[in-house]
Amino acid sequence: MGNHAVKTTAPVAVDMSWLETPASTARLSFRGNAAAIAAASTAFGVPLPTEACRAATVGTRSALWLGPDEYLLIAPESERLAIIQGFVRDLAAHPHSLVDVSHRQNALIVKGPHAVWLLESGCPLDLDLSRFPVGMCTRTLFEKSEITLWRTGTDTFHLEVWRSFMEYVTALLTETAHELPA
Amino acid sequence: MLIIHCPYCGDRPELEFSHGGQAQVVRPADPSKATDAEWTQFLYLRKNTRGLFAERWRHLRGCGRFFNAIRDTTTDQFVVTYRAGEQPPAIGSGGAL
Ligand SMILES: [Zn+2]
Repeated sequence: MGNHAVKTTAPVAVDMSWLETPASTARLSFRGNAAAIAAASTAFGVPLPTEACRAATVGTRSALWLGPDEYLLIAPESERLAIIQGFVRDLAAHPHSLVDVSHRQNALIVKGPHAVWLLESGCPLDLDLSRFPVGMCTRTLFEKSEITLWRTGTDTFHLEVWRSFMEYVTALLTETAHELPA
Repeated sequence: MLIIHCPYCGDRPELEFSHGGQAQVVRPADPSKATDAEWTQFLYLRKNTRGLFAERWRHLRGCGRFFNAIRDTTTDQFVVTYRAGEQPPAIGSGGAL
Protein backbone atom coordinates (compact mmCIF):
# COMPACT_ATOMS: atom_id res chain seq x y z
CA MET A 1 0.00 0.00 0.00
CA GLY A 2 1.17 3.53 -0.67
CA ASN A 3 1.24 6.58 1.44
CA HIS A 4 -2.24 7.66 0.64
CA ALA A 5 -3.74 9.80 3.32
CA VAL A 6 -6.94 8.28 4.66
CA LYS A 7 -9.76 10.58 3.88
CA THR A 8 -11.97 11.08 6.88
CA THR A 9 -15.27 12.83 6.99
CA ALA A 10 -16.91 14.30 10.00
CA PRO A 11 -20.24 12.67 10.94
CA VAL A 12 -23.01 14.32 8.99
CA ALA A 13 -25.31 16.30 11.22
CA VAL A 14 -28.82 15.04 10.57
CA ASP A 15 -31.70 17.45 10.71
CA MET A 16 -33.99 15.96 13.37
CA SER A 17 -36.67 18.65 13.27
CA TRP A 18 -39.15 16.08 11.91
CA LEU A 19 -39.16 14.16 15.20
CA GLU A 20 -40.80 14.92 18.52
CA THR A 21 -41.15 12.74 21.59
CA PRO A 22 -44.17 13.89 23.60
CA ALA A 23 -44.40 13.88 27.38
CA SER A 24 -45.75 10.83 29.14
CA THR A 25 -49.37 10.11 28.44
CA ALA A 26 -52.16 7.96 29.83
CA ARG A 27 -53.19 5.15 27.48
CA LEU A 28 -56.13 2.86 28.02
CA SER A 29 -57.14 -0.08 25.90
CA PHE A 30 -60.94 -0.34 25.88
CA ARG A 31 -63.05 -3.19 24.54
CA GLY A 32 -66.79 -3.69 24.68
CA ASN A 33 -70.01 -4.11 22.69
CA ALA A 34 -72.12 -1.31 21.20
CA ALA A 35 -73.88 -0.48 24.48
CA ALA A 36 -70.56 -0.37 26.34
CA ILE A 37 -69.07 1.83 23.59
CA ALA A 38 -71.94 4.29 23.99
CA ALA A 39 -71.49 4.37 27.77
CA ALA A 40 -67.72 4.75 27.35
CA SER A 41 -68.26 7.76 25.09
CA THR A 42 -70.09 9.49 27.95
CA ALA A 43 -67.60 8.39 30.60
CA PHE A 44 -64.59 9.47 28.55
CA GLY A 45 -66.17 12.62 27.16
CA VAL A 46 -65.23 11.77 23.59
CA PRO A 47 -67.63 10.05 21.18
CA LEU A 48 -65.85 6.78 20.32
CA PRO A 49 -65.82 6.60 16.49
CA THR A 50 -67.88 3.80 14.97
CA GLU A 51 -66.34 4.36 11.54
CA ALA A 52 -63.39 2.07 10.97
CA CYS A 53 -59.87 3.52 11.36
CA ARG A 54 -60.93 6.92 12.64
CA ALA A 55 -59.94 8.93 15.70
CA ALA A 56 -61.96 11.53 17.59
CA THR A 57 -60.57 14.24 19.84
CA VAL A 58 -62.28 16.46 22.38
CA GLY A 59 -59.95 18.85 24.20
CA THR A 60 -56.96 16.87 25.49
CA ARG A 61 -58.57 13.43 25.10
CA SER A 62 -58.59 11.21 22.02
CA ALA A 63 -60.25 7.91 21.14
CA LEU A 64 -58.72 5.82 18.36
CA TRP A 65 -60.70 3.05 16.62
CA LEU A 66 -58.43 0.00 16.46
CA GLY A 67 -61.05 -2.70 15.81
CA PRO A 68 -64.86 -3.07 15.73
CA ASP A 69 -64.94 -3.42 19.51
CA GLU A 70 -61.52 -2.06 20.42
CA TYR A 71 -60.23 1.46 21.10
CA LEU A 72 -57.10 3.14 22.31
CA LEU A 73 -57.91 6.04 24.64
CA ILE A 74 -55.25 8.72 25.04
CA ALA A 75 -55.30 11.49 27.66
CA PRO A 76 -52.89 13.51 29.78
CA GLU A 77 -51.17 11.44 32.47
CA SER A 78 -52.71 13.63 35.19
CA GLU A 79 -56.22 12.49 34.20
CA ARG A 80 -55.50 8.76 34.19
CA LEU A 81 -56.92 7.85 37.58
CA ALA A 82 -60.04 9.98 37.18
CA ILE A 83 -60.80 8.34 33.83
CA ILE A 84 -60.46 4.84 35.25
CA GLN A 85 -62.67 5.74 38.21
CA GLY A 86 -65.23 7.22 35.80
CA PHE A 87 -65.39 3.97 33.83
CA VAL A 88 -65.75 1.92 37.00
CA ARG A 89 -68.64 4.18 38.01
CA ASP A 90 -70.45 4.55 34.65
CA LEU A 91 -69.90 1.16 33.04
CA ALA A 92 -70.73 -1.14 35.94
CA ALA A 93 -73.74 -2.51 34.03
CA HIS A 94 -71.80 -3.16 30.81
CA PRO A 95 -69.40 -6.05 30.35
CA HIS A 96 -66.19 -4.47 29.05
CA SER A 97 -62.46 -4.43 29.54
CA LEU A 98 -60.33 -1.41 30.33
CA VAL A 99 -56.58 -2.01 30.54
CA ASP A 100 -54.02 0.59 31.50
CA VAL A 101 -51.34 0.27 28.80
CA SER A 102 -49.73 3.65 29.51
CA HIS A 103 -46.26 2.17 29.85
CA ARG A 104 -46.53 -0.54 27.21
CA GLN A 105 -45.78 1.92 24.45
CA ASN A 106 -44.53 5.41 23.81
CA ALA A 107 -45.40 8.06 21.27
CA LEU A 108 -43.42 9.61 18.44
CA ILE A 109 -44.53 12.60 16.42
CA VAL A 110 -43.25 12.60 12.85
CA LYS A 111 -43.93 15.93 11.20
CA GLY A 112 -42.99 18.33 8.49
CA PRO A 113 -42.87 18.30 4.68
CA HIS A 114 -40.97 15.00 4.63
CA ALA A 115 -43.17 13.16 7.15
CA VAL A 116 -44.98 11.03 4.55
CA TRP A 117 -41.75 10.28 2.73
CA LEU A 118 -40.05 9.18 5.95
CA LEU A 119 -42.92 6.93 7.02
CA GLU A 120 -43.37 5.38 3.60
CA SER A 121 -39.79 4.12 3.84
CA GLY A 122 -41.05 1.44 6.21
CA CYS A 123 -44.85 1.44 6.15
CA PRO A 124 -46.70 -0.48 3.38
CA LEU A 125 -49.81 1.74 3.48
CA ASP A 126 -50.59 4.41 0.91
CA LEU A 127 -50.25 7.62 2.94
CA ASP A 128 -51.56 9.94 0.25
CA LEU A 129 -54.09 12.35 1.78
CA SER A 130 -56.87 10.87 -0.38
CA ARG A 131 -56.26 7.37 1.04
CA PHE A 132 -55.07 8.25 4.54
CA PRO A 133 -56.83 11.51 5.49
CA VAL A 134 -56.35 13.61 8.60
CA GLY A 135 -58.06 11.85 11.50
CA MET A 136 -57.38 8.34 10.19
CA CYS A 137 -55.65 5.88 12.51
CA THR A 138 -54.78 2.22 12.32
CA ARG A 139 -52.48 -0.46 13.54
CA THR A 140 -50.02 -1.35 10.82
CA LEU A 141 -46.36 -2.23 10.37
CA PHE A 142 -43.22 -0.15 10.22
CA GLU A 143 -40.62 -2.53 8.83
CA LYS A 144 -40.95 -5.47 11.27
CA SER A 145 -42.49 -3.57 14.15
CA GLU A 146 -46.18 -3.17 14.79
CA ILE A 147 -47.13 0.48 15.22
CA THR A 148 -50.32 2.49 15.57
CA LEU A 149 -50.29 5.27 13.00
CA TRP A 150 -52.56 8.29 13.40
CA ARG A 151 -52.58 11.27 11.06
CA THR A 152 -53.26 14.34 13.22
CA GLY A 153 -52.51 16.90 10.48
CA THR A 154 -51.66 17.09 6.81
CA ASP A 155 -47.95 16.86 7.67
CA THR A 156 -48.17 15.43 11.18
CA PHE A 157 -48.37 11.81 12.31
CA HIS A 158 -48.67 10.39 15.80
CA LEU A 159 -47.05 6.96 16.18
CA GLU A 160 -47.59 4.61 19.08
CA VAL A 161 -44.66 2.21 19.34
CA TRP A 162 -44.21 -0.62 21.85
CA ARG A 163 -41.31 0.33 24.09
CA SER A 164 -39.02 -2.53 23.14
CA PHE A 165 -39.38 -1.54 19.46
CA MET A 166 -38.91 2.20 20.01
CA GLU A 167 -35.15 2.18 19.42
CA TYR A 168 -35.62 0.09 16.26
CA VAL A 169 -38.26 2.39 14.78
CA THR A 170 -36.44 5.60 15.72
CA ALA A 171 -33.13 4.32 14.35
CA LEU A 172 -34.67 3.32 11.01
CA LEU A 173 -36.43 6.66 10.64
CA THR A 174 -33.20 8.48 11.50
CA GLU A 175 -31.29 6.36 8.99
CA THR A 176 -33.80 7.34 6.32
CA ALA A 177 -33.54 10.98 7.37
CA HIS A 178 -29.85 10.90 6.37
CA GLU A 179 -31.08 10.93 2.79
CA LEU A 180 -33.01 14.14 3.23
CA PRO A 181 -31.53 17.09 1.34
CA ALA A 182 -29.42 19.15 3.71
CA MET B 1 -47.79 -6.63 -3.15
CA LEU B 2 -51.03 -8.59 -2.85
CA ILE B 3 -53.91 -6.48 -1.56
CA ILE B 4 -56.44 -8.20 0.69
CA HIS B 5 -59.82 -6.65 1.45
CA CYS B 6 -60.45 -6.64 5.21
CA PRO B 7 -64.24 -6.61 5.77
CA TYR B 8 -63.67 -4.05 8.53
CA CYS B 9 -60.77 -1.85 7.35
CA GLY B 10 -60.89 -2.09 3.56
CA ASP B 11 -58.04 -2.83 1.15
CA ARG B 12 -54.78 -3.49 2.96
CA PRO B 13 -51.35 -4.97 2.13
CA GLU B 14 -50.96 -8.71 2.66
CA LEU B 15 -48.08 -8.12 5.11
CA GLU B 16 -50.67 -7.19 7.73
CA PHE B 17 -52.55 -10.50 7.50
CA SER B 18 -52.08 -14.00 8.80
CA HIS B 19 -53.61 -17.20 7.48
CA GLY B 20 -56.06 -19.01 9.74
CA GLY B 21 -56.66 -22.29 7.94
CA GLN B 22 -59.82 -23.88 6.58
CA ALA B 23 -63.07 -22.12 7.44
CA GLN B 24 -66.27 -23.63 8.78
CA VAL B 25 -64.66 -26.38 10.81
CA VAL B 26 -67.40 -27.01 13.36
CA ARG B 27 -66.49 -28.03 16.89
CA PRO B 28 -68.55 -31.00 18.19
CA ALA B 29 -71.60 -29.64 20.02
CA ASP B 30 -71.14 -32.02 22.94
CA PRO B 31 -67.39 -32.67 23.11
CA SER B 32 -67.59 -35.37 25.80
CA LYS B 33 -69.81 -37.45 23.52
CA ALA B 34 -67.64 -37.12 20.42
CA THR B 35 -65.90 -40.26 19.28
CA ASP B 36 -62.16 -40.42 18.66
CA ALA B 37 -62.89 -40.42 14.95
CA GLU B 38 -64.96 -37.24 15.27
CA TRP B 39 -62.23 -35.55 17.30
CA THR B 40 -59.62 -36.58 14.77
CA GLN B 41 -61.78 -35.10 12.03
CA PHE B 42 -62.23 -31.85 13.94
CA LEU B 43 -58.64 -31.40 15.12
CA TYR B 44 -56.49 -32.70 12.31
CA LEU B 45 -58.19 -33.45 9.02
CA ARG B 46 -58.36 -30.61 6.53
CA LYS B 47 -59.24 -30.36 2.89
CA ASN B 48 -56.54 -29.59 0.38
CA THR B 49 -58.73 -28.11 -2.28
CA ARG B 50 -57.41 -27.11 -5.67
CA GLY B 51 -59.39 -24.05 -6.73
CA LEU B 52 -61.88 -22.04 -4.70
CA PHE B 53 -61.40 -22.65 -1.00
CA ALA B 54 -63.09 -21.15 2.07
CA GLU B 55 -60.50 -20.00 4.59
CA ARG B 56 -60.16 -17.97 7.76
CA TRP B 57 -57.81 -15.04 7.71
CA ARG B 58 -56.87 -12.58 10.41
CA HIS B 59 -56.05 -8.89 10.00
CA LEU B 60 -53.35 -9.39 12.59
CA ARG B 61 -51.47 -6.08 12.15
CA GLY B 62 -54.65 -4.07 11.67
CA CYS B 63 -58.02 -4.44 13.38
CA GLY B 64 -56.96 -7.86 14.70
CA ARG B 65 -60.20 -9.53 13.62
CA PHE B 66 -60.67 -12.96 12.07
CA PHE B 67 -62.79 -13.04 8.91
CA ASN B 68 -63.62 -15.46 6.12
CA ALA B 69 -62.25 -15.47 2.61
CA ILE B 70 -62.79 -17.46 -0.53
CA ARG B 71 -59.48 -17.79 -2.30
CA ASP B 72 -58.44 -19.60 -5.42
CA THR B 73 -55.56 -21.82 -4.32
CA THR B 74 -54.20 -22.09 -7.86
CA THR B 75 -53.95 -18.34 -8.55
CA ASP B 76 -53.88 -16.92 -4.98
CA GLN B 77 -56.72 -14.61 -6.00
CA PHE B 78 -59.09 -13.59 -3.22
CA VAL B 79 -62.55 -13.89 -4.79
CA VAL B 80 -64.39 -12.43 -1.81
CA THR B 81 -63.95 -11.74 1.91
CA TYR B 82 -66.74 -11.47 4.48
CA ARG B 83 -67.16 -11.07 8.22
CA ALA B 84 -67.15 -14.05 10.54
CA GLY B 85 -70.70 -15.20 11.21
CA GLU B 86 -72.00 -14.00 7.85
CA GLN B 87 -73.11 -16.36 5.10
CA PRO B 88 -70.66 -16.68 2.21
CA PRO B 89 -71.88 -14.79 -0.86
CA ALA B 90 -72.89 -16.93 -3.82
CA ILE B 91 -70.00 -17.54 -6.21
CA GLY B 92 -70.81 -18.18 -9.86
CA SER B 93 -69.73 -21.47 -11.45
CA GLY B 94 -67.81 -22.35 -8.34
CA GLY B 95 -65.63 -25.28 -7.55
CA ALA B 96 -66.57 -27.33 -4.52
CA LEU B 97 -66.07 -25.28 -1.38
ZN1 LIG C 1 -59.06 -5.00 9.46
